[in-house]
Amino acid sequence: MFERVYLFLDELGQIGILTFDFFRYLLRRPFEVQPLVDQLDSVGYRSLNVVNLTAIFSGMVLALQMGQFLAKFGAKIYVSRIMGISLLREMGPVLAALMVAARVGAGITAELGTMKVTEQIDAMRALATSPIKKLVVPRVLATILMMPVLTMIADTIGLVGGWVISVTQLGVSGDYFYASLVQNVTLGDLMSGLGKSIFFGYLIGIIACFKGLSARGGADGVGRATTSAVVAASISVLISDFFLTKLFLEL
Amino acid sequence: MITSNGRRPFISIRGLEKSFGPKEVLRGVDLDVFEGETMVVLGASGEGKTVLLRHINGLERPDRGEVVVDGQALGELGEDELDEVRKKVSMVFQLGALFDSLTVFDNVAYPLVEHRWGPEEKVRERVHEVLEMVELTGVDNLYPAELSGGMKKRVALARALALEPKAVLYDEPTTGLDPLVTHKINLMIRSLQSRLGFTSVVVTHDLKSAFMVGDRFALLDQGRIRFSGSAEEVRSTSDELMREFVTTAL
Repeated sequence: MFERVYLFLDELGQIGILTFDFFRYLLRRPFEVQPLVDQLDSVGYRSLNVVNLTAIFSGMVLALQMGQFLAKFGAKIYVSRIMGISLLREMGPVLAALMVAARVGAGITAELGTMKVTEQIDAMRALATSPIKKLVVPRVLATILMMPVLTMIADTIGLVGGWVISVTQLGVSGDYFYASLVQNVTLGDLMSGLGKSIFFGYLIGIIACFKGLSARGGADGVGRATTSAVVAASISVLISDFFLTKLFLEL
Repeated sequence: MITSNGRRPFISIRGLEKSFGPKEVLRGVDLDVFEGETMVVLGASGEGKTVLLRHINGLERPDRGEVVVDGQALGELGEDELDEVRKKVSMVFQLGALFDSLTVFDNVAYPLVEHRWGPEEKVRERVHEVLEMVELTGVDNLYPAELSGGMKKRVALARALALEPKAVLYDEPTTGLDPLVTHKINLMIRSLQSRLGFTSVVVTHDLKSAFMVGDRFALLDQGRIRFSGSAEEVRSTSDELMREFVTTAL
């Protein structure tokens, strides 16, 4: 039991050191654009399909459930404002983050883990170059920059899904849905979700890199590191979501 | 420190200790490698030969003891200062450790580009020069996955030579190769060393290869250097383990 707590705290400390190194090398010249662009493409553009699909179905399900529930009280017309707040504040950022944690987090850990066990990371160091600068900085920066973008897209697609269901299944007028949404949802709702998503992006990137760089053994070691990265990143997203929500509600 | 025969140790290791968790790997290694010589570190698998090698370019940090390279103690150096040492001391990894997302050309050019060695044309010339040194031509655009084991080792050697190092560390350079390729790699290590005059440390458990490439030999046993000497001294030693090593290997 104590050993597990010790190992957990040890990992936390090492992630803290990696974060420190990330910022140290982030500010160090030369700033390399091409690796960042490659990662922005890999983290952002290539995650669009999975994030969009998740968002549209979640938006539709949310509208169906809410519509059914609100209809009992004759309050179906409130569906858009409830959807707006829950999507922008919670579901958009969290669902996008979970999808990115699974898709991108696994990819980063598997790639860096394979490089670690085949000594390519050591080779980088032996050639007097920094794996943090070359590998960690572009990946973590890309997840930090792309998470809010993906979240905004997920918010929009989710709302479109909700709008379609509200109009076709719940009999709410499309114009009313839109007007009520614009009237009731504030910039603060959007910003609270986007603020969280930046932090989620950092968590996913840094955990995935850390797990990859600490992979040991052969293929099974990389497999274990990848699974553990996805689990750790997803749980961290959900736990930090609670505390960030509390923080943003009090601000 | 200058020894009696007037040569300066390029690498000097004193009282090096290293443990991984409860496992004590190195228990006080003392070793000098003189400028321009090829030192072969022998020992059974799992004796910590690679761990010893990785201390020479700072990939591992000692628990106790000191590693001095070209007059500079590595103990107090940070990662950035170690990079300066690593430009002088390159390493050839056991399986090559080529970057599998880069072509052969880009692998060899990597240290040159990263350290702004020169303009693009000069880098291209240097890459082809070192690839020719290891007798590889026309492989620029191949990826590591398309190369044989021997070719990978040669590309790794070319990459290690690119920055004109003062010393090269070889981790099991012939492991996993067939006898013909092993022979070729050994000849290459020997001829490059005599042509370019750099200091070499070769870690191997293959005594035949060791005798082909080495000037002096050290036997690592139970975390310490048990024996060190020239080829003649190895052959005539009374050290039991060294004799056993020689008789079973040759």
